Amino acid sequence: MQKRYFSASNSNLKDKIKLIDYPLFFLILLLGIISFFSMYSSEGGAFNYYTQNHIYRFCIFFILFILLSFLNIQFWHKSSYLFYFIVLLLLISVHIFGVTASGSKRWINILFFNIQPSELMKTFLLVVLARYYSTIPSQDVSNIKKMIIPLFAIFIPVFFIIKQPDLGTAMLVAFGGFALIWLAGFRLKYLVITSILSICLLPVAVSFLKTYQKSRILTFLNPERDPLGAGYQIIQSKIAVGSGGIFGKGYLLGSQSYLDYLPEKHTDFIFTLFSEEFGFFGSLSLLVIYALIIQRIISIGNKNKGHFVKLYCYGFAMSFFIYVTVNMSMVLGLLPIVGAPLPIMSYGGSSMLSIMIGLSIVMSSKIYSQNT
Amino acid sequence: MLNNSHSFSNKSKMISRRIFIFSIIKVAIFFGIIGRLFYLQISENLKYKSLSDKNRLREWKVIPQRGIIEDYFGTKIASNKQVFQLHMMPEDVPNIEELFFKLSRLIEFNEREKNNLKKRLIKRKPWQPIIIAENLSWPEFSKLNLFVHEIPGIKPVVAVARKYIEDGSLSHLVGYVSSVSAKDLQKNKYLRSINVPGLKTGKSGLEKSLNRSIIGKPGFQRFEVNAYGKRVKELKSTQGTFGKNYKTTIDTEIQKSASKLIAGKSGSVCVMDIYTGDIIAMVSAPTFDPNQFVHGISLDNWKALIEDKKKPLLNKSLSGLYPPGSTIKPIVALSALENNIVSPKFVVDCKGSIDFYEKRYHCWKEKGHGLMGLRNAIKQSCDVYFYEIARRLGIDRMSETAKKFGFGKKAFDIFNEEKAGVVPSTKWKLKNIGKNWYLGETLISGIGQGYFQTTPMQLCLMTAQLANGGYKIKPRIIDDRNEIQSTINAWRKEFNIRNNNLDTPNPELEKLFTNKENVKFVLDALYGATNEPMGTSYGSRLTQSGYIFAGKTGTSQVRTISEEQRKLKLKNKDLEYKNRDHALFTAFAPYKKPRYAISVIIEHGGSGSSGAAPIAKKLIKKILDRHELRQKYQLDLFQDI
Repeated sequence: MQKRYFSASNSNLKDKIKLIDYPLFFLILLLGIISFFSMYSSEGGAFNYYTQNHIYRFCIFFILFILLSFLNIQFWHKSSYLFYFIVLLLLISVHIFGVTASGSKRWINILFFNIQPSELMKTFLLVVLARYYSTIPSQDVSNIKKMIIPLFAIFIPVFFIIKQPDLGTAMLVAFGGFALIWLAGFRLKYLVITSILSICLLPVAVSFLKTYQKSRILTFLNPERDPLGAGYQIIQSKIAVGSGGIFGKGYLLGSQSYLDYLPEKHTDFIFTLFSEEFGFFGSLSLLVIYALIIQRIISIGNKNKGHFVKLYCYGFAMSFFIYVTVNMSMVLGLLPIVGAPLPIMSYGGSSMLSIMIGLSIVMSSKIYSQNT
Repeated sequence: MLNNSHSFSNKSKMISRRIFIFSIIKVAIFFGIIGRLFYLQISENLKYKSLSDKNRLREWKVIPQRGIIEDYFGTKIASNKQVFQLHMMPEDVPNIEELFFKLSRLIEFNEREKNNLKKRLIKRKPWQPIIIAENLSWPEFSKLNLFVHEIPGIKPVVAVARKYIEDGSLSHLVGYVSSVSAKDLQKNKYLRSINVPGLKTGKSGLEKSLNRSIIGKPGFQRFEVNAYGKRVKELKSTQGTFGKNYKTTIDTEIQKSASKLIAGKSGSVCVMDIYTGDIIAMVSAPTFDPNQFVHGISLDNWKALIEDKKKPLLNKSLSGLYPPGSTIKPIVALSALENNIVSPKFVVDCKGSIDFYEKRYHCWKEKGHGLMGLRNAIKQSCDVYFYEIARRLGIDRMSETAKKFGFGKKAFDIFNEEKAGVVPSTKWKLKNIGKNWYLGETLISGIGQGYFQTTPMQLCLMTAQLANGGYKIKPRIIDDRNEIQSTINAWRKEFNIRNNNLDTPNPELEKLFTNKENVKFVLDALYGATNEPMGTSYGSRLTQSGYIFAGKTGTSQVRTISEEQRKLKLKNKDLEYKNRDHALFTAFAPYKKPRYAISVIIEHGGSGSSGAAPIAKKLIKKILDRHELRQKYQLDLFQDI
């Protein structure tokens, strides 16, 4: 007992390295390597722009992930509000200085990078909510007064993200936030009432939707409505996955993707490409990797005693799970196309950065498990 | 700190409980996704695989080459020739107007063609090639080849197109091909399945009848294409199969002479082998040049053909319907003999006309023929005599014999345009006109007027079936040596019986008579009609031995002659063209050893003896001259016939 406390508090680097959660470490690395190959395939077997960028990013962010893992978890606990506000500020500034691409303002140029603050918000919202609820006793969680801050913490960024407009990310941010609130002990009853209220407000919300958003939802309900227009993506994606069969068409042989039938194949539809080339068993393997990652994060949370860490790890695991399932359900035609990247696999720096920071906090909570 | 510890341990429990719930949800949703993957990739795999292939693969059909049609001696009567064409790939053309401008300087390419092409372009997918010009001259083509690199998207192509004999003698028989129309596609499922831009389909005649097998099977080039329709790589290409070649029974030389003989007139000539049913010639006049349809006929030429009163596009041999006139008399006579209505010795006194049922029926010879026996009545074509035997015979027995000999039904089963004609009977009238039969109608039917409608081919067939001794034959135009073998064998047997005067029946041939003497009698009377003085076609006889033939003239009225008009004694040449009589003549030759039957019809050609028989005479000479040659080509099949 004494020894462990000692090693954790007066930790030298060697001991810390020993404390790294290697299963998680290698699972992330494995996923990264798989993503290289998928990206390479998405460019028709050429080492081009997307593949290069993706590999550079992953390498940099993976190193960042390791480095940040050694940051004491107390740091995140203390500075959670600070980070949240920085990201919120960035999110607001997107509307002023933002870079417009394909009809929406999502990016902001900082130094040499285009950053998508909404993606970063996914993680930092979880940190700040975990911090908030870690201090609140469970009987107070469902207290209306105690609800005000979390709701604002969720809805302010969500509002700005919707305005970009980026419905997909906004929903993912909100889902993540609510998942954490639920975990913290918010009574299901209230959540149900909120859901019913939101469903009642749905028609109002629909009237605020952009035309393309409406058409996406309608198209989801009936992809054949407009096979060459809005339904095209879903149809082609289903064809690609379905034609993959049990063992897939083989690496670099996914005709749907290399003949350009597959839209957005390096971002949202990377799973489709993977599934076409590696088939049912390949997809299953990928799903298992994601499931293991989530399980690993939960088990890190389980082993930890601190409420902040527990809440964060569980919340992050749930969010991660939501990202994965929303993306997969979307490309498999189970959900409307909303623009949700597949963690680590999809091309996109901010998304990967956000996930990597999120993972590094998990890792940090493992390394510094005795400090909380 | 301790104060809170209770509530915080509670909190830990709650969080743990919730994460447990989450884990269950997680597993459920993951299994949902796995289920979906299973559904898409394993259950529905085939469907999506085929959809993926449909995305990925695109086939371009390659136009097959039509089969060749030959005459009996191997002369090509419908063949393929090389043509120079200009194709365009719409997707490779950066600027269509620029292309049009450049083209207009190299080849003949006017505004109308330009607009036409634009219209076609709208309907086409950009990866489908489109034909700009179908038939370029060599200078145009070579010029294009020189500049092809400066005009992106165009492709000079050496293709094949149909070529027909230019004089038009075979136009109706062979027919012609032309571009596949929307209507063709609607009607023809097979055509729909093989249609390729630029494909030609048979529109009439043999080209239409044999279309299915003569058109060939298109080959295809299979390409992998990307989402934008661009060809990525060629996967497989298959050569199409050539259409089946056909050999016909036609003698092009006879066909050509016949066509020349009736050139300028409106009419038909049919020549048939009386044993095998081989069609040696089938000519219709006026004619047209089928070659002009191959690359699309000009509107002016089309109008001229359509508006011509002599109907050049109509194959009169099969689709022209005429009252047979006196050419039916041999059948009426045979019918009367077979039914024992009259004996050859039955005599009628022809006074030029006869009154029945308060109506006067005229003979063609105003002064009358005097006393007539059956043989004389056929020979001199006495109408009054035939009124009398028709009256005794009755329409139904007459029509039964006529039907036996091929009237009232199509001679072939392959020509769409062929008409069946009409053999009137009491039943027929009731069914088709809804009235009862009048006895007067029997009289005029006896001389081939009234409701009787026959095609020239039917007349030829009837004559052939009389000349071969009264046996049924099936006219054929496609020379299938295997199929005819059984017919040859049947006739061999028949000749064996005849030559040895045996009295055994020949079940392999279908008899159209009950007493062969009756047929012999009619044939002998026809000999008289051509070769004895007073015979109606005496003036057109051939006297050289081996060339002597026997025939029956016919003059069929196209209008009713009132008593007043009859008094005016109008000659045919004084009448308006459309009111003149049709001239008909049927014959078989040679008389001694008959082999060929012929029918000649000249619309509004006046009398049969002056308008039709002289043409037949000239043609019979030619046919018999070529008999030896034809026999050579028949190889051993027909040696003993």
